Amino acid sequence: MQQTIDYDEVGFKAGLEVHQQLLTATKLFCRCPAGLYTREHDGTVLRHMRPTLSELGEYDGTALMEFKTKKNIVYLLHESNTCTYEMDDTPPFLINPEGVDVAIEQCLMLGCDIVDELHIARKQYLDGSIPTGFQRTAIVGVNGLLPFRGRQLSITQVSVEEDSCREVSDTGHLIVWRTDRLGMPLIETVTGPDLRTPDEVEEAILLIGRVCRSTGHVRVGMGASRQDVNVSVRGGTRIEIKGVPKAGWAPALVDGEAIRQINLLELREHLHNKGFTSPETIVVEHGDVTAILASSAIDHFRVDAWQRWLEATGRRSGFECGTGPFSVRGIRLVGLKGTLEHPTQPDLTFVHELQGRIRVIAGLDQPPILVHDASWPGTAAELKAVRSELSCGPEDALIVVWGAEGDTLTAVEEIRLRLVDALHGVPSETRQPFVDGHTNFERILPGPDRMYPDTDSPPLALDRERVGALRQTLPEAPWIREERYSEAGLPLVTIHFLIRRGGARLVDLVVNEAGADIREAGFVFGERVKGLRRKGVAVDAITDEQWISWFSIVRQHPVAAEDHNQAIRWMARRPGRDPQDYFRAASVGVSPDNWRERVTRQTTTQHPDHPDGTTAQHRRFLMGLAMNDGLRGRVPASEVLQAIENGARGVPDVE
Amino acid sequence: MSNNPDPLKGYRGPARETLARFGVRVWSDVRCTNNSGSVFEGVILPRSETFDDLHIVIKLKTGYNVGVHFDRVVSIEEIGYKEAVYKIPEQEFPRRPNLPKVTLLGTGGTIASRLDYRTGAVIPAFTPGELYGAVPELADLCNLTTRKIFGVFSENMGWKEYVILAEEISREIEGGADGIVIGHGTDTMGHTAAILSFMVQDSPVPIVVVGSQRSSDRPSSDAALNLIHAVKTAGEGDIAEVQICMFGPTSDRYGLLHRGTRCRKMHSSYRSTFRTLSDIPLAVVSREGFRPLNTDILRRDASRKVRIDTAYDDRVTILYYYPGMDPDLVDALVEKGYHGIVIAGTGLGHVNAPLYPALDRAIKAGVHVVMTVQTLWGYAQMYVYDTGRDLLDIGVVPLDNMLPETALMKLGWVLGHTREHDEVLAMMRDPVNHEITSREPHNGYLILQGGLPEVESWITSQWK
Repeated sequence: MQQTIDYDEVGFKAGLEVHQQLLTATKLFCRCPAGLYTREHDGTVLRHMRPTLSELGEYDGTALMEFKTKKNIVYLLHESNTCTYEMDDTPPFLINPEGVDVAIEQCLMLGCDIVDELHIARKQYLDGSIPTGFQRTAIVGVNGLLPFRGRQLSITQVSVEEDSCREVSDTGHLIVWRTDRLGMPLIETVTGPDLRTPDEVEEAILLIGRVCRSTGHVRVGMGASRQDVNVSVRGGTRIEIKGVPKAGWAPALVDGEAIRQINLLELREHLHNKGFTSPETIVVEHGDVTAILASSAIDHFRVDAWQRWLEATGRRSGFECGTGPFSVRGIRLVGLKGTLEHPTQPDLTFVHELQGRIRVIAGLDQPPILVHDASWPGTAAELKAVRSELSCGPEDALIVVWGAEGDTLTAVEEIRLRLVDALHGVPSETRQPFVDGHTNFERILPGPDRMYPDTDSPPLALDRERVGALRQTLPEAPWIREERYSEAGLPLVTIHFLIRRGGARLVDLVVNEAGADIREAGFVFGERVKGLRRKGVAVDAITDEQWISWFSIVRQHPVAAEDHNQAIRWMARRPGRDPQDYFRAASVGVSPDNWRERVTRQTTTQHPDHPDGTTAQHRRFLMGLAMNDGLRGRVPASEVLQAIENGARGVPDVE
Repeated sequence: MSNNPDPLKGYRGPARETLARFGVRVWSDVRCTNNSGSVFEGVILPRSETFDDLHIVIKLKTGYNVGVHFDRVVSIEEIGYKEAVYKIPEQEFPRRPNLPKVTLLGTGGTIASRLDYRTGAVIPAFTPGELYGAVPELADLCNLTTRKIFGVFSENMGWKEYVILAEEISREIEGGADGIVIGHGTDTMGHTAAILSFMVQDSPVPIVVVGSQRSSDRPSSDAALNLIHAVKTAGEGDIAEVQICMFGPTSDRYGLLHRGTRCRKMHSSYRSTFRTLSDIPLAVVSREGFRPLNTDILRRDASRKVRIDTAYDDRVTILYYYPGMDPDLVDALVEKGYHGIVIAGTGLGHVNAPLYPALDRAIKAGVHVVMTVQTLWGYAQMYVYDTGRDLLDIGVVPLDNMLPETALMKLGWVLGHTREHDEVLAMMRDPVNHEITSREPHNGYLILQGGLPEVESWITSQWK
């Protein structure tokens, strides 16, 4: 099994499609609030999707596949975040101008050329993730460039589009979606296939994330940004790994995919060498073997165990269940012995390819979905009986699937189709990522045929005044900001955090408006504020004016910097109130009378008998006592320490 | 073989001049470069006449469209030419002798269609072969014949079309059809179902009017399921009346069969827009079968002879009353030669007193004035209040619980027979097919009010 590869040698190529939700008050094509997620629902809709014929009178491959799955699609609605638009019972309203503005701004940040006229298209999705059966999407920018590792990362296009539903469950023939996220505006940034190693993929995801977030006009948090990674090797096929939730997942996923493609190309060679070259050479025969295995000890093969499993997992006839009686189906792959054991992804074999297709398309999802002769769970006699029933010769491979009869027949056809695909190498598909770095079949990759104009929406000219005005207020590019902060001495990890989480805007605000020191401000917003937020302090409620005022105080009374945490807590509790009030009440920056005497007295009289009175550790303890006794933010810590040292040495305090 | 004589279809002004200058046309496969160095590769699409004259639309290789402003174009280079060919694939509709014969008459709605992916144009599928390609389930239900009668939007249907449609229905019934399906746009579907109820009486077979609220080029369209329900109703159903067959709930669950005279489109865009008013629907239809709801129906009877009566007078109108309506509106209608006025009055059938003299003048001039209610549900009961009694005295005829649109259709049909006041009055008040009912069942008016806890608890337990 091939586990490590030289990316350059195998012709590794990857590109990204980064999805980033925009921060708008309402959704993109209706007036529902954006970003309001719910766990409950107060309405349900049941729908089905039907493919529409393409221009050539043929069905799009994906569309047909999704139709074959015969999915019952259920939408969970909540009145707080869903209207009749999301239900596909009202046509779209005009596109949200706020969403278009933010999208233009994002395009400008990504160095794109803004298109002159926006045309809204429909992109078909028949998995039910969008109740209309298509996503409304429009190109806003093209032809962008980002500095990346001393070269340029090309941005092919940026589109503004509506987000899809969140999947709740996918069981047999029933898929359930929640509509709260549906319709939220997002931008999709598509890069060229410019990335050459898995590490570059991760780095590029983070870079685009920083660019998007540096405006402060995008959403952050779980699900607010997702990326699809396109991967191929020389001779392979562009495979889309969909919805990678974290940049850190990417390297293992793309490495695994590159290995999978190399292995599938090897399998192709192997099959060609054995004389399997055209679809007709793949012969798949099948038969019902339910009776032969009726008294098996293996649960998968028995109707009673099947019924119990349906009941235990709450599968209802007409919803989750397929059609027809329980059937165990033996499938003979003529002359294909050994094919199933061929490696694909690290630690997986070709069986996994078949399992994925059968689960998604045939709706058979009881693990392990299929068994085969090399992993036979039953007795040798049972295997012999089934092989004999299907007239298997020594060079044939055997698969057994079980479930509703209609689904087992679909499974046979999918196995055949996947084997035919293996003759061509790597079939075009989108794959679902898992945390351990492996991927599984999601759907066949749709082509450009699934795109067509949205007849419900007029084109929108993006006039130059509008674009010009947005360009005027554009924040600094993150790489320029990065350089500026670096020069001021901020560590890279803090800089990236500030750019990602919006702290950079505040740093620049207090530097420009209050004359704050960049390094100090970077530390406050990159570290202190982060820590306090984690402790539950409502730091995000603090207004810009409060921050400016506080940093002005610090500039005039540098010692006040030692009191940041208290001041921030005070401001967070009183959004909008001028911290001058706090400053006056706490006498920040003004040394109390006789403080040295108090410190000395405390050091010499109250704690004289500490066993090791002069150690650094004990001094820190004394220091804490003194600071908490009304000195923090009023007397510099260095002076307090000096007073303690003097007290410990019995040196008289001199004003 | 171009069906497009203008090679720059839809382009005007500077955009058109730009295309001409670079020697390219609609459907040219081009490489267009703008003044920022961006390159757009794809096909030039025709432009809608209603859009501005500044932008050129290109369908990119990715399938997206963009508009390029003419003054940013640096060059357009033609690489090829890809004209769209509008053709729907046909597959022969299988014939099975044991299945009923159903005829689909087309009026212009697109029950099934194919989409032109480049322009977004919807090309209606209509022949049995085309329909079979789009909705193969139909072949399990019937032997299908189709005939396109008109190609108009439903708002363009009118009296002339109603007459032709009634005659075509008659011809199909005489020709031995076991059921008729009429494909129709939904906007005026209620009007058509009402007038057909008067023009086509005593039908031996079901006459089913059907359409869709989401066009059939969409994966989530209700068209295919509506068509399956309608064909099943026409071929196998027992109700030999003019009926509307559309979604019951918005979910893909079942259709409702509504009596043609009692049905109305009640939402501009919902799938479940059609509702029976002041009564209950005739039946529920699903792929599995029928569930009768209303027992008072005309049953299928192949031996019954259909009666076609297409007389009409199109000088009829609806006057939707509002507070402060000026009486000169009524005078204007009389002056313009209208023969019949349906008033949609307030409450139990009222208009304000200043209108009385005008209505009096109209009736004396031979105009027939009838009263319906704009509340849609309930009866015009003009004897309850003085206002109503005054109107009765003038000679305004109350139509009980006849729907305003149904009343308009009926008045036009009746005035095609007679303009004798007593005869008009008698015909209007004598129901042909339940356009007036003597009783309103308590479940004939059911608009559940959202927000009430008890309603919400029930609603959340049902498919919407």
